[in-house]
Amino acid sequence: MAHLSEAAVAQITAICDRYADEKTPLMMILSDIQKEYGYIPLEVQELVSKKTGISVSEIYGVVTFYSFFSLKPKGKYVVGVCLGTACYVKGAQQVIDKFSELLGVAPGETTEDGMFTLDALRCIGACGIAPAVSINGKVYPKVEVSGIAKIIEDLRNQA
Amino acid sequence: MALVNIKIEGVPYQVEEGLTILEAAKKCGYEIPTLCAFNHGECNKGSCRVCLVEATGARGLVASCVYPINEGMEITISSPKAVAARRASVELLLSNHSMLCQTCEKNEKCELLHVARLTGARDNMFKGTKTAVTVDEISPSIVRDTSKCVLCGRCVARCSNAHGNGVIGFQNRGFKTIIGPAENRSFTESPCILCGQCVNVCPTGALMEKSEIQKVDAAMKAGKYVVVQTAPAVRAALGEEFGMKIGTPVTGKMVAALKRLGFKKVFDTNYAADLTIMEEATELLGRIKNGGALPMITSCSPGWVNYAEIYYGDCLDHISSCKSPHEMMGAILKHYYAAKIGVAAEDMYVVSIMPCTAKKYEKERDALKTNGLADVDAVLTTRELGKLIKRSGINFTKLPDEEFDNDIIGEYTGAGVIFGVTGGVMEAALRTAYYVLTGKEHEAVKFEAVRGFDGIKEASIEVNGMTVNVAIAHGMKNAKVLLDEIRAGTSKYHFIEIMGCPGGCINGGGQPYVRECFLPNEDADIMDTYKEKRAAALYSEDERQVLRQSHNNPQIKALYDEFLGEPNSHKAHELLHTHYGARVPFVEK
Repeated sequence: MAHLSEAAVAQITAICDRYADEKTPLMMILSDIQKEYGYIPLEVQELVSKKTGISVSEIYGVVTFYSFFSLKPKGKYVVGVCLGTACYVKGAQQVIDKFSELLGVAPGETTEDGMFTLDALRCIGACGIAPAVSINGKVYPKVEVSGIAKIIEDLRNQA
Repeated sequence: MALVNIKIEGVPYQVEEGLTILEAAKKCGYEIPTLCAFNHGECNKGSCRVCLVEATGARGLVASCVYPINEGMEITISSPKAVAARRASVELLLSNHSMLCQTCEKNEKCELLHVARLTGARDNMFKGTKTAVTVDEISPSIVRDTSKCVLCGRCVARCSNAHGNGVIGFQNRGFKTIIGPAENRSFTESPCILCGQCVNVCPTGALMEKSEIQKVDAAMKAGKYVVVQTAPAVRAALGEEFGMKIGTPVTGKMVAALKRLGFKKVFDTNYAADLTIMEEATELLGRIKNGGALPMITSCSPGWVNYAEIYYGDCLDHISSCKSPHEMMGAILKHYYAAKIGVAAEDMYVVSIMPCTAKKYEKERDALKTNGLADVDAVLTTRELGKLIKRSGINFTKLPDEEFDNDIIGEYTGAGVIFGVTGGVMEAALRTAYYVLTGKEHEAVKFEAVRGFDGIKEASIEVNGMTVNVAIAHGMKNAKVLLDEIRAGTSKYHFIEIMGCPGGCINGGGQPYVRECFLPNEDADIMDTYKEKRAAALYSEDERQVLRQSHNNPQIKALYDEFLGEPNSHKAHELLHTHYGARVPFVEK
């Protein structure tokens, strides 16, 4: 756990302690770490393992099973392209391909400058405005491939 | 126990309540094919879907390994629907399999092949993408090839059951799922202790020992003076590779086979086990006398030593500095025996036949080199020895019994033989420690309290008015309990024996596979009794020995008189002792 700062160790430890009385605390701990620490690298998993007695291999299994958990830090803007059935029918594949091309990263990856993470989502419940893209919680309706460059540019300008 | 009435194939049966369909069917004489269900529920995930049957009251087909029976249930195994479903399950598994059966090292004992035959699986039924493959050949002990993995989870369950903290687990999701250490790392870059228990339970060739047969071939071809030694547990199980009943001791036939395989000399590692006892007992008494770190813990099991270095780096001063017996044997062979018979140490090539995969790693440790020469050059498992014999056209069961070489070194006592089972090292040490302290032999040669398969055993022995407390643990889950006491400073013991594998070396990661489906002539409870049967083979050899205490081995006495001086002498430390170092669980990449 060489890379974790003292502050990080204290933060993760505090999260683990929140659920000390739970019988099966792992999902709650990992959810909080994802939200508050931002990602769950191996060093953090080792610390969680130490605190809970759950093996690192099991924790790693859970982290890699759920797409909500991330092993790497996410970008400032997390671009989630919905690939649910309705969005897909409405051309979501072309939308995510365009994001991928313009950002230069594959789905699941983060740009080198740490600005953008591109994620493929399953249905986000916005079928009426398909194809939908969710960026840091804000939903962009009926996204057109031709408008994607502007979305990215606007976000860059905001930053 | 309450009984329930069920019908299988229309035939009424009464079976115990609470069983799964699979268990009930087995009791009634049916064999439903299965992969993931193993060893009475040690692994029971219903994940392989090979055991599908029809049962009344259930919607559709059910996985018989997880579905419980209930009163009045009618079970159909042979219906066209169930037969086709089981076959399809196997065909789907095969569609994501590497299909290199002819050359796969596991083919003789492959359960996937077995269920493919049983279910009548057809070739190429589902063509399509295959999961990305990882082949990890980095560790000297274990090879992991995910192209052969069926994701049954037996290895995951065993790793966790034996050692508490599982090193391997499922990762990723859906079609991308694989089993491996976190981050899909190599075993050497993860907290794996290389014990090979996962190899022992794998139904396919996904987890195998790393073979060193080719290395031995090369040494023979290069004209090296190749000598071989065999660990005690090998003789208790090697016969199984040739269809002999579990628990048949095959010491004489094993020696005969090795002599026919071109080894210049065939030694028993037991000789070095006796030597280990002399060194270890002396070390223990020295620690007691001089206030050294207590309890002292045995160091014979390399799986355990790996565990200690990874998880208990702060307790390493408690581990005996003695090399493990086969390493001592290697050092004595190269730096004493070689000169005696006029062979240069560099020309001698020492092969160890071990029940163990961790020994393959152990022999490569820098701390186990003497004057730049590795004490041991190659380690073959019991299973690899079986292969070596088979490819050489030797009919093992027809061999005569022959004797180990023992011209200058090689004689052994009963104390050395029982090293192969949990409690054995302790018993051997007690026999000698008692003598060293009192000058007399202990009346009862046997120390019953240290025998058997309880996870943790303890005993107290009165010696010259002093009470010596000892404990024995096998499997790291049990060892952890004793180690946590040491860490907390509350351990009441003087001496602890720890072996990595559950049951000790007789159940080591390099021993023949025990699979009910390939053992039609064994008793129905063989999964529960095979360890005892193998142990009994060792205890009976101990009983047959005239000499049963290490200190009474005349060649060991001569070795000290002529060469080493006395136990723990400077010379002995140079050749027979080693050191350890703390490691991190996950090496930084």
